[in-house]
Amino acid sequence: MDREKTERLETNRSIEGKRSVIPFGPQHPVLPEPIHIDLVIEDETVLEAIPSVGFIHRGLESLAAKRDFNQLIYVAERTCGICSFQHGMGYAEAVEHVFGIEIPIRARFLRTIWAELGRMHSHLLWLGLLADGFGYENLFYQCWRIREKVLDLQEATTGGRLIFSVNCIGGVIKDIPEELLKKILASIAEVEEELKVLQKTFMEDYTVRSRLSGVGILTRQQVHELGCAGPVARASGVSCDMRITGYGAYPELDFEPVTASEGDAYARCDCRLREVFQSIDLLRQAIGRMPAEKDLSTPVKGNPEGEYFMRVEQPRGEAVYYVKGTGKPMLERFRIRTPTFANLPGLCEMLKNTKLSDVGLLVLTIDPCVSCTER
Amino acid sequence: MAILQYASEAIKNLFRPPVTTEYPFRPFEYPEGTRGHVEITIDDCIGCGMCVRACPSSALSVDRLGGTWTINRFDCIACGYCVLKCPKKCLRMETGYQTPGPEKQAVLYTKSPEQLEKEKKQREEAAAKAAEAKRLMEEKKAAEAAKEAKEAE
Repeated sequence: MDREKTERLETNRSIEGKRSVIPFGPQHPVLPEPIHIDLVIEDETVLEAIPSVGFIHRGLESLAAKRDFNQLIYVAERTCGICSFQHGMGYAEAVEHVFGIEIPIRARFLRTIWAELGRMHSHLLWLGLLADGFGYENLFYQCWRIREKVLDLQEATTGGRLIFSVNCIGGVIKDIPEELLKKILASIAEVEEELKVLQKTFMEDYTVRSRLSGVGILTRQQVHELGCAGPVARASGVSCDMRITGYGAYPELDFEPVTASEGDAYARCDCRLREVFQSIDLLRQAIGRMPAEKDLSTPVKGNPEGEYFMRVEQPRGEAVYYVKGTGKPMLERFRIRTPTFANLPGLCEMLKNTKLSDVGLLVLTIDPCVSCTER
Repeated sequence: MAILQYASEAIKNLFRPPVTTEYPFRPFEYPEGTRGHVEITIDDCIGCGMCVRACPSSALSVDRLGGTWTINRFDCIACGYCVLKCPKKCLRMETGYQTPGPEKQAVLYTKSPEQLEKEKKQREEAAAKAAEAKRLMEEKKAAEAAKEAKEAE
């Protein structure tokens, strides 16, 4: 990989003319986490983008062989600070499939509620970062102010603002009492009202439109070829949403994947905004249809033996969890394929023929989560 | 039109209280059940070591005979798995996060001298009982052996 990259850089440098290579990252104001991209530019136009990752590799897969499958839930959900619940949930569902157990219906609904709260706060965080990316400080603060309400709900229901630690193999360990469910409904109604005002700004404001519209276009064909996931794929008209595969309580809820057709940065912003409203709708449905059972988890006996691929729709897209157990407490193999990793080829493609000043913004539009990618 | 909308928001903001709180002067109120840090009622601990084996980050250690329980709060990830696993329910999660510090120092909890004395007595009693039971068993065995030998004659 390194040799190939060096050769590509050397080839570009040796071409006569105004071509030059400038580094982007690993430290850059738009990046919350380190990723490095070598940009081959001619004048102000980017011709090629060559990414390199590996600055915050933590060896999760090696750690997975040293912790038993129950402890690994806590390790798995610390893969990333933003979509942490969904990491824990994806891992737990994979192991539950290996065991071949059904989890109680209320546990499935509770997982769905937390997953959707997680999606809301992740998208609100991203909308804020995007606003910050194009220099709209006020909008950035407003998004994060709204996000704080979702974080408070998460802390009240689970005990953690971002890392919930409520999953266990076979279900969940905590219930949401009736009064907190009512509080969730009241809070998300407030969030919806306030976000509608912000949606107007995001979708109708001249500043935002001129900055995002027509930038970083990925066509439907390119998305298919490069295997992009999540809102990046949906913004180009590819209706791929892993929630329709039917994990958690999603088979009992009515929803359609949010899609747009333009495939530019503006469409990606639009998709994520509408997904927040979709999450609010899903939360209302889930709370309304949640059965009043006391059973929260199915006990598991023995150790996992077998393998399973679990696909989960995270806020950033599809994440794949591979679990292989050989009848011992430690798993033989645990692997995560995260959405940002799937979206990196798409990012390099969309950076081609854009202006250098748009690069920071376009890197943001795939919602990069480098901690997830490098595990 | 957009400007009018922002103007009305700006005027409203003049009369609204700030969203942020005056943090150091007004302390933050944690909701009930926040996983802040692990606390122990050390006198109830039986030193079984379930928490030590459960901890994913190996932050705990326990000495049954010495009556101590140690936690390295800088290693602890506040997942609450030890609380879930504790058979005596002497561990609990409390609100309030770990404060930063210059070195990774472990916190040592020791049982009260009265509790230690009580446990020592209990152990001695148990040992005495076991010794007594062993003696009785041996006597019984010897008697049986003698009986068998007699029958064989």
